[in-house]
Amino acid sequence: MSMDIVYAVAYVILAPFIGGLLEGVDRKISARMQRRVGPPLLQPFYDVIKLFNKETISVDSSQTFLLLTYFVLMLVTGVMFFSGSDILMCFFVLSTAATFLYFAGVITSSPYSSIGAQRELIQMMAYEPAVLLTCVGFYLAAGTFDVREIAATDTSYIVRLPGFFVAFVFILTIKMRKSPFDTSTSHHMHQELVKGITTEMGSKNLALFQITEWYENVFLMGVICLFIVNGSFAGLLAAVAVFLLVYFLEILIDNSSARMKWQDMLIVTWIVTFFTAGVNLVILIVIR
Amino acid sequence: MGISTVPFLILFPFAAALLIYVTRINKLRNGISYVSSVIIMAATAMLLIQWIAGGAQVTELYYDAHIADRVILILEVILMIYITVLCFKYKKYWISLLSIVPTCIIAWFELFGPKAEESARIRIDHLSLLMCLIIGIIGALIIVYAVGYMHGYHHHHREFKDRRNYFFTLLFIFLGAMYGFVLSDNLLWIDFFWELTSVCSFLLIGYTHEPVAIKNSFRALWMNLLGGTALAVGIVYLGYFSGTVSLSKLVALGADKAAVVTIPIALIAFAALTKAAQMPFSTWLIGAMVAPTPSSALLHSATMVKAGIYVLFRLSPAMAETTTGNMISFIGGFTFLITSFMAIAQSDGKKVLAFSTISNLGLMVACAGMGKAETIWAGIFLMLFHAISKSLLFQDVGATENSLHSRDIEDMHGLLYILPRLAFFMFIGIAGMFLAPFGMLISKWSALKASVNEGNIIMVFFICFGSATTSFYWTKWMGKIISASHLKETSFKDITKKNELVSLTIHAVLMIALCLLFPLLSHVYVNPLLEEMFGTYNDVLSTQILLTLVVIIVIVFAVPLLAFLYSRKMRKTYVLSYMNGVNAGNNMKFIDSFGEEKTLWMSNFYLHKWIGQRKLMVPSQFFTAAVLVVMMSMIIGGAGI
Repeated sequence: MSMDIVYAVAYVILAPFIGGLLEGVDRKISARMQRRVGPPLLQPFYDVIKLFNKETISVDSSQTFLLLTYFVLMLVTGVMFFSGSDILMCFFVLSTAATFLYFAGVITSSPYSSIGAQRELIQMMAYEPAVLLTCVGFYLAAGTFDVREIAATDTSYIVRLPGFFVAFVFILTIKMRKSPFDTSTSHHMHQELVKGITTEMGSKNLALFQITEWYENVFLMGVICLFIVNGSFAGLLAAVAVFLLVYFLEILIDNSSARMKWQDMLIVTWIVTFFTAGVNLVILIVIR
Repeated sequence: MGISTVPFLILFPFAAALLIYVTRINKLRNGISYVSSVIIMAATAMLLIQWIAGGAQVTELYYDAHIADRVILILEVILMIYITVLCFKYKKYWISLLSIVPTCIIAWFELFGPKAEESARIRIDHLSLLMCLIIGIIGALIIVYAVGYMHGYHHHHREFKDRRNYFFTLLFIFLGAMYGFVLSDNLLWIDFFWELTSVCSFLLIGYTHEPVAIKNSFRALWMNLLGGTALAVGIVYLGYFSGTVSLSKLVALGADKAAVVTIPIALIAFAALTKAAQMPFSTWLIGAMVAPTPSSALLHSATMVKAGIYVLFRLSPAMAETTTGNMISFIGGFTFLITSFMAIAQSDGKKVLAFSTISNLGLMVACAGMGKAETIWAGIFLMLFHAISKSLLFQDVGATENSLHSRDIEDMHGLLYILPRLAFFMFIGIAGMFLAPFGMLISKWSALKASVNEGNIIMVFFICFGSATTSFYWTKWMGKIISASHLKETSFKDITKKNELVSLTIHAVLMIALCLLFPLLSHVYVNPLLEEMFGTYNDVLSTQILLTLVVIIVIVFAVPLLAFLYSRKMRKTYVLSYMNGVNAGNNMKFIDSFGEEKTLWMSNFYLHKWIGQRKLMVPSQFFTAAVLVVMMSMIIGGAGI
């Protein structure tokens, strides 16, 4: 029990640093892929600090409160996950958090922000089956939804859940808002979407959004690690290695693909979910 | 055994209906409606108290009620004649057959068939009492709401004849029929009340006498009577071959996997599908939208469709691991998924509610079909949350329509700033339908877990994909309500009547109370219910889950509040939203390419070209009809061999 609290506190404190560093690495690698030098590694932190020091400008008075709720619920998701509670519940809270992000997007009625928010909602619809199925996969393999008990295993789950792993990595691109699925907000300039759902978020609001994204990424990487861990130290190392590899893969995909239409994204994601996680599920249930 | 409240509860609504029918003075009639609603609520509470005081045991009443049997038979024949006359009047001759045939079969069986063994006519247990509470509280509140609503309705719709006495009569008959339905254990009685609810809904749908209303009402009639025919055949088959007409006996036989009950259970479950508006019979409930809003609220939340769910819950121990159970859970799961798609493509508020009702009922039906304690636990909570929030939402959309003159979700852009009270209720209602921490979520959790345990792969898919689509249409509706709006400037007057507000407020309070108290409710009421039904049960809510839930509840309520208070204090500079520099002074207008000001409208995604009702309805109907035909043939053929 005490270890659970330690993990949870560690998540709250360390996640923004890990998330920020990951983004720094992300920018650096992306830049190198594009034959640029790229910003310093700590640039994301400088950005966020600068945003916090700017004058608060806003289009709608309620946006801050919605983003704050989004932030806290995201924090709760991570805390629940790292303190070992029910994984399905974690994702339910996560989707509630995402709902508040949607609200923060549409409340302004600004054109770009609203379109971005609508697409964010489509993205949620696209990835939710894969997320729920991943939980089901863990349940089938471990006999419980409890993260604590799931993590206490001798063999890595990826052996039994390869399909679920593929599906989850696939939707990770959507969750991290990376190309080709960056339909709700684009991090590349000069696009028809402007900055999508984040268009109307300024100064502190944007900083808050940024930090929430870091928390979210670390949580998602935690789920990736859950596929690999097996109680041993080597397993832990392997988990870290896999999650870095996955992150690199996301950067590579991001830099080598053009944005898809949201219609195609929805269909492709569902088909991939069906044929990876779905097939894996059928096999697991049949051989059980 | 004397719980005298039972006959009172069944008969009183009929008496009230009669009194209302003959009262031609509006004010007086409204008064009678209020008083009767309160009496119904009080009597239901009374029944609950008496029953708990009696030890909360399964109570069986009236073993020797032959006179009542005869009265019910006579009433059933009268009902048949009434339907036949109406069918001939509107030249829908063939539909009358669906009433004549089952009534004749039932009459033949009762008068000339083998004598069925004596059994209790009335049976009170946890499930039936829970239904009574839903009918009593939600149903009576809807009547309170209807008094105000119908006043405004006839004020605005001069083209329809004011037949309010008839309307309220039907509402009360409906409640009486529902009480009779859920309290009876004798299948012949159940059959009568079943037909009565079918006819009531038929008459309510056709209330305005518009051509489309008449068309839709007859569609509802034939679909429900088809179910009624299956029910009658099932009952007579059961009575003829096993010598009993008791529902509880039937379930007990079914749970022991007695071969003789396979066919009756399949037929009765089929009948319940029609009543619960499952595919391919969903269209009647969507067509029912033409009726005034209180009747929709009643059909969707407290009565009618819940009757179908109730029967399936009753049968569920008998359906576990049978072909019938598989059929029911497949149809339910499929309906859940496919109608949630159709709900996405709708922008008419009431239609979204209609599709979401069918979709949610689908999940309940699927839970019943799997027939495990866990799934029934999930189903019961789905039903409770659905009853309250759907009733709330229908009433709210009705009231909004009166004030806003539209029920299109696109027109509700920024409703929070135009009609804040109604928007607030709508928010609570929608949150109750899908958002954490309301019970829908934990029910989904439980249903998913149970399907995995059962190895029911296809249900796992239905739930995973269906819950994604469900969140989509609710979230976008909620977003619409809170968006900044141009309509702020044009003022709409909130003309919601006091009695409508009373009903809405009580619903909202019930909704939040249920959300906070449902772990308690699960412990003191639903667990005994499951024990009664299945003999054994494991508590679905482990302490771990309970703890998580409490945390989530606190957080989801407290965080937005605190965040709101905190952010209010922040100093902010307001700026215009980004419009490529073509803003026209505020966020609602822009300068177009001709240099003129244009109002900006932001619309939601509806995807109707992909997944609209027109695209999906007919193929899904064919598909589910084929599944039903094949599986029913398998069941009946299999039992024959």
